Amino acid sequence: MTRIVNLSRRKLLKAIGGGSGLVLGVYFSATDRASAIEEPARPLRAGFEPGQLSPNVFVAMDPTGQVTLTVSRPEMGQGIRTTFAMIMADELAAAWPRIVVRQSDGDAKYGDQITDASRSILIMERPLRLAAASVRQMLEAAAAQTWRALIADCRAVDHEVIHVPTARVLPYAQLVKTAMNLPVPNPDKLRLRDSSSRRYIGHAIPSIDMGAMLKGKTPFGADVTLPGIKYASIERCPVYGGKVKNFDPAGAMAVRGVEKVIEIPANPAPSGHLPLGGIAVIASNSWAAFQGRKKLKIEWDLGSNASHDTTAYRAEMQATARRTGKSVRTLGNFESAYAGAAIRVVGEYFVPYQTHATMEPPVAVAAFENSKLIVMAPTQSPQTARAVLAQYLDLKEADIVVRPTFLGNGFGRKALHDYICEAGWLAKATNGRIKVVWTREDDIKHGYYQPICFQRLDGGLDKNGVPIAWRHRTVFPSLASTFHADQVLPDAAQLGQGFVDMPYAIPNLRCEVGAAPAHMRLGPGRGGLNMAHTFAMCSFIDELASAAGKDPANFLFTYYAGPKKIDMKALGVDYPNYSALIEDYPLDVGRLQNVLQFAMDRASWGDPLLPRQGRGLAVHRSFLSYAAAIIVVTVAENGQISIPRIDLVIDCGQVINPDRVKALMEDSIMYGLGFALYGEVTVKNGAVEQRNFDDYPVARAVITPEMHIHVVPSGHPPTGAGDPAVPVIAPALCNAIFAATGKRIRTLPIDLNLLKDAPATAPVPTAGAPAAPTAIPLTPAGPAPKN
Amino acid sequence: MPALNINGKEHPVDAEQSMPLLWVIRDIAGLTGTKYGCGIGECGACTVHIGGKAARACKVILGDAVGHDVTTIEGLPDTHPVIRAFAQLKVPACGFCMPGQIMQAASFIKLRSDPEDDEIVQAMSGNICRCGAYERIVAAVKQAAGAQR
Ligand code: FES
Ligand code: FES
Repeated sequence: MTRIVNLSRRKLLKAIGGGSGLVLGVYFSATDRASAIEEPARPLRAGFEPGQLSPNVFVAMDPTGQVTLTVSRPEMGQGIRTTFAMIMADELAAAWPRIVVRQSDGDAKYGDQITDASRSILIMERPLRLAAASVRQMLEAAAAQTWRALIADCRAVDHEVIHVPTARVLPYAQLVKTAMNLPVPNPDKLRLRDSSSRRYIGHAIPSIDMGAMLKGKTPFGADVTLPGIKYASIERCPVYGGKVKNFDPAGAMAVRGVEKVIEIPANPAPSGHLPLGGIAVIASNSWAAFQGRKKLKIEWDLGSNASHDTTAYRAEMQATARRTGKSVRTLGNFESAYAGAAIRVVGEYFVPYQTHATMEPPVAVAAFENSKLIVMAPTQSPQTARAVLAQYLDLKEADIVVRPTFLGNGFGRKALHDYICEAGWLAKATNGRIKVVWTREDDIKHGYYQPICFQRLDGGLDKNGVPIAWRHRTVFPSLASTFHADQVLPDAAQLGQGFVDMPYAIPNLRCEVGAAPAHMRLGPGRGGLNMAHTFAMCSFIDELASAAGKDPANFLFTYYAGPKKIDMKALGVDYPNYSALIEDYPLDVGRLQNVLQFAMDRASWGDPLLPRQGRGLAVHRSFLSYAAAIIVVTVAENGQISIPRIDLVIDCGQVINPDRVKALMEDSIMYGLGFALYGEVTVKNGAVEQRNFDDYPVARAVITPEMHIHVVPSGHPPTGAGDPAVPVIAPALCNAIFAATGKRIRTLPIDLNLLKDAPATAPVPTAGAPAAPTAIPLTPAGPAPKN
Repeated sequence: MPALNINGKEHPVDAEQSMPLLWVIRDIAGLTGTKYGCGIGECGACTVHIGGKAARACKVILGDAVGHDVTTIEGLPDTHPVIRAFAQLKVPACGFCMPGQIMQAASFIKLRSDPEDDEIVQAMSGNICRCGAYERIVAAVKQAAGAQR
């Protein structure tokens, strides 16, 4: 339970000198909204005993009535600062313009601050409401005391307290001083406001950072600057686990602006959060550092991964997937059911390595002064960064401050802290202020890749087309290999992402996992392992439907039957459920059916299409939310595809900020299309072959389809919205391509050349053709013509 | 020392003539609204105006920019129709690509006051948004073009 302590009663305000105010949690001086950098948060330590105060959310009100909310989650486009402010503002009955949002640093007292796996709102909603409700109740109590009235007659509305019987009004500002001396309500006794009084939650509130953001004034990691700062660019070994044999800095030192060349020692694989090592060129500006790097002469010891080759590796994975693996979920007897099946279907699916390619490449600023380290960087987890830095640099955590900046995307990449460690190491080594700047090439070539994955599915239908046997094998190098040696089998958390949580009611079932040694540094990406698994699982159920001669949507709906909630424990399956309690967040097949039905209705499933068009669908639960996509695709004779329409349905529980959820759905569609059509990292001789957006293309405006986003009204607690809709896009698209052409896509990215001269399956022509969509080019558009 | 005119102000620049304008703007003039995303003209994050027209600052060298008026996002008025439209349609997500998108759009609508949707899509397809805000970007550019008429 969140504990809330009234610090003002402990005379803390005197300690900070000057201001006074009602402070729950901790006090900050008021500053402007986007100043994570210029005016660091100044948490107070004096005056409260450690262990007594463990709130993970902080609301403060100063005597002018200005409210400062300290947001403990870094902002990376998910709108979390605004969403948290909305939750707080409704519970506090605050006026929007009186709210200031501050970003917390990586101190432990803010609780877990990691922003990943769509968990932020899930974890933070209640503590936020409790903290805000206690401030509101203290203000109401202060008003009651002032008027000698009953608390029950005093109601907070829009930054004021009203005495209902007499309509007297006191603004918050006039109540702060009195409220400061009142006891903090027991969290168990807090009266939360009911939903009818909400003015923010459920409404499309613009981002609290909008104005600054559109003027380029929200400080990203790349934008941090300090007097006397130096810029570092690092040449790293092309192969993971390799190291410098020897190097010659002379050429680099001759470049104008270059000041130092330093070797960062390699951290042998698995290197986890630690730097890969390499040669750092330090200069007076980024460009000079890049130029210096080009002049370095380095001889590498490439190490044992130098023979890694994605073509050969794929063949090995395929061989593994054709053998019996370790069984992680079984039901009935697959072998005998399969042997007795009237129709057997086999599908082998492949997804390549992909990389995050965050819009803002990794970047970090570190300053080492008086034996203390200050880091300012885009991190999804300032606390992890701090802990990792302390260990790596042999410093006490108390001597390290990590201030998260705005993030130009996170996608999981910025929850891994090699770039921050590089900056910390260089700052300490030079006793100075360093900005480590990654080029896009560095980002593509030295990422934490989403695992390459090979899957094989075997399915059996009886003579009536009823699915009776399902065997799914997955083979991919474990994400844990980045942190621990000898990880050849992935753990339950990874297998719980679209694999063991297979929701179809098929009586004979086996889920098996095959071993895959890791040769690359791996890290989770958007959607996690659901991306690969959902592609295979949602495509293969479509294969079964087609083999059964049934409509895929009806087939799916039918075989979601059975118990409405899948009890993984009873099935003996190790299923971490995204770290949430399965009792609170069950695997609810009813909600899967519901999003499917919703999508079918909205997308007019079954309506006739034009020739060469097909409609495909995919449904999946991930990150505790439920998503369904229906895509209409047109495949031209030359293999070009276009997407006249996508319907995307999300059930992510109660929605705080509908506009942000909608934006995240639009985003999920584009990300999913990029994943399906473009993303591929290949490796030869241990080195990544791609380098930049010219050969690692991503989705652009030109492929934007007509999008129809449907958010299911839901009373369930809020769950993730950033990830769960991404995985359904690729399988829905591939199923649509199958419907249009009869060609089954089992390898990503989709090779459009395979669709050349595909016969048109003959959907019934219909009147009223949809507007001509833009064709998705075989090679994505480069830069727009200068205008 | 050569000087570069950025947003109507002369900035003395002591740097190699071959340094891309992007790094001059960011590291030397200290204007960080203009972003680095690729350095090879593929992403549009670095878009600025040179002589009023959109250009990729990573592909223009200092030597070629001297003598021209350079405008960055900081030099665009808050009331610019593109900025207003982007705010109204709540376009930004993480916001990192936004300065580049806005500079590209501002230049485009000046030349094409009544653009077809397809033209907008084409004009904006050189600007990557990894937050996938494309639908809103295109709608906002259309709205801004209408507003300036
Ligand atoms: S940084 Fe200039 S176009 Fe990408
Ligand atoms: S808003 Fe994040 S990259 Fe465009």
